[in-house]
Amino acid sequence: MITVKGLTKRYARTTAVDNISFEVQKGQIVGFLGPNGAGKTTTMRILTCFLPPTSGTANVAGFDVLEQPLEVKKRIGYLPETPPVYPEMETGEYLEFVGSLKGLNGAELRSRIDYVCERCSVADVRNKLIGKLSKGYRQRVGLAQAIIHNPDVLILDEPTAGLDPKQINETRELIRGLAGDHTIILSTHILPEVEQTCEQVIIIAKGKLVATDSVHNLQNRARGGESVLVEVGGRDGTLESTVVQQRLEQVAGVSRVVFKQSRENRSVFEVESLKERVIRGDLARAVVESGWDLNELRPAAMSLEEIFLQLTGADNTAPEAPPAAQPAEELAAKEAE
Amino acid sequence: MRNTLIICRKELRSYFVSPVAYLLLTMFALIFGFFFWNSLRYFVYIGMESQMRGQSFPMNLNEQIIRPLLSNISVVGLFFIPMITMRLFAEEKRTGTIELLATSPIRDIEVILGKWLAAIALYAVMLLFTAINFAFLFHYGNPDWKPMAIGYLGLLLQAGGLLAIGTFISTLTKNQIIAGAATFGVCLMLWVLEWSTGYETATWAKVLAYMSVITHFESFSKGVIDTKDAVFYVTLIFVGLFFTARSMESLRWRS
Repeated sequence: MITVKGLTKRYARTTAVDNISFEVQKGQIVGFLGPNGAGKTTTMRILTCFLPPTSGTANVAGFDVLEQPLEVKKRIGYLPETPPVYPEMETGEYLEFVGSLKGLNGAELRSRIDYVCERCSVADVRNKLIGKLSKGYRQRVGLAQAIIHNPDVLILDEPTAGLDPKQINETRELIRGLAGDHTIILSTHILPEVEQTCEQVIIIAKGKLVATDSVHNLQNRARGGESVLVEVGGRDGTLESTVVQQRLEQVAGVSRVVFKQSRENRSVFEVESLKERVIRGDLARAVVESGWDLNELRPAAMSLEEIFLQLTGADNTAPEAPPAAQPAEELAAKEAE
Repeated sequence: MRNTLIICRKELRSYFVSPVAYLLLTMFALIFGFFFWNSLRYFVYIGMESQMRGQSFPMNLNEQIIRPLLSNISVVGLFFIPMITMRLFAEEKRTGTIELLATSPIRDIEVILGKWLAAIALYAVMLLFTAINFAFLFHYGNPDWKPMAIGYLGLLLQAGGLLAIGTFISTLTKNQIIAGAATFGVCLMLWVLEWSTGYETATWAKVLAYMSVITHFESFSKGVIDTKDAVFYVTLIFVGLFFTARSMESLRWRS
């Protein structure tokens, strides 16, 4: 549905998007992940024909964004970071305006308005001025606007930014519900969002493509070998965690043991195996044979957060923290707000 | 064409749901009403004078009221045009709705024409208010409507050119005040250029005077459609809209 090849976008001084290529299949929900200023918005703007690429090609639903922008635009629904709404319009009027811009009219337009109002739960504010709506409603009106012409491709730029937790959940539900009919690209810097809503992840950082894979594969890939959390308890009061650590390190197939925490006479370790070795059985036996209690033994699923930090190489900095080099356009957008 | 009308309707709506249109109309109607009242009083005064002295001055409503007032409108209009155009693109850029327009299956030129037509339509409504005043002249006198109609055509052409320039300036910034002030400056400049002929007869002064929007209105106010002047205004419209289109295009490349 979407094919991007060697896409590059350079501004006067910065390179916002640097030679990225990816493909998105029909009907998928793809998470577009990266820290602020990574080039997410720029890439989306290129896909929606708002910005032309400096080099490379982007093909949406069989049409090139530079060659046939009108055809692409007909097949794309786009929700920018700030919903593009007119505060002086009523919700219904606004949807009618957007719908007719997208080429709908008459009975079809009216039935689509009814449908998207229902779908995005904005039916109750249909006759209210958009300027008087809360942020959550405005976001949903933005979403309604994006799907009004039933586009093949939906591009959503941080659809949950600035919403409260309840609204975030509702919006995610809504997006998941839309997945069947539309191919969706959604950008975010919030990792759980990707884990919850997306099947496929594209990670970019500083304009470069870092990884593209399914959420599941990515978790496996970044981890390499197996990783297990082990909680060991001492039977007779005290437990020397260094002794336990040494014992665990002797188990066959273990590559690394990391001491996590210790409380009273219990200690938790994270044990990593060598590639493609199963160690859980041996670990359990080793603990029990040494006369300790095995309180807990579970595979440590690596969160996307860790993968993300590992892949983007941003040690210690939270993904939310803006990196030093932020493209001018995103800064400008921030200022505008 | 359909898209142009959609945009035009939307712009007109936002003029008329906000106080903008009503404020402009009220102010314009008040100012023009004052002008009209003054010149009508003067006309009546001259008429009484001529009767009392027993000599008859040539009295002509077209020459003595309508023509000077049309010229007045063309100058007063310069002050109102920035207020009509300043928000056209600046507002869309500020709120980000420009992204909606730019990613909809609609050509830039359709957006530009729609907005420009809406601006002209608002200006035309303002002119309608002045026509109400003139309607009284038709009730009590017998002025010729043809030169007046041509005068209005000239006003629309002149405003069309200036509105196109205002639209262009509005694409350059996301700040309405800046757009308005810059447009006002340009309008004022295009008016006072005419003064250069007052004391100077060199070629450059003539060129400057030629560029003044006011000098080209003279023939229209007399009820004459001079091709030279009509071409000037049409050119102004084309130049303004052309620059707007270029500016919108460069918005994408720079942004």
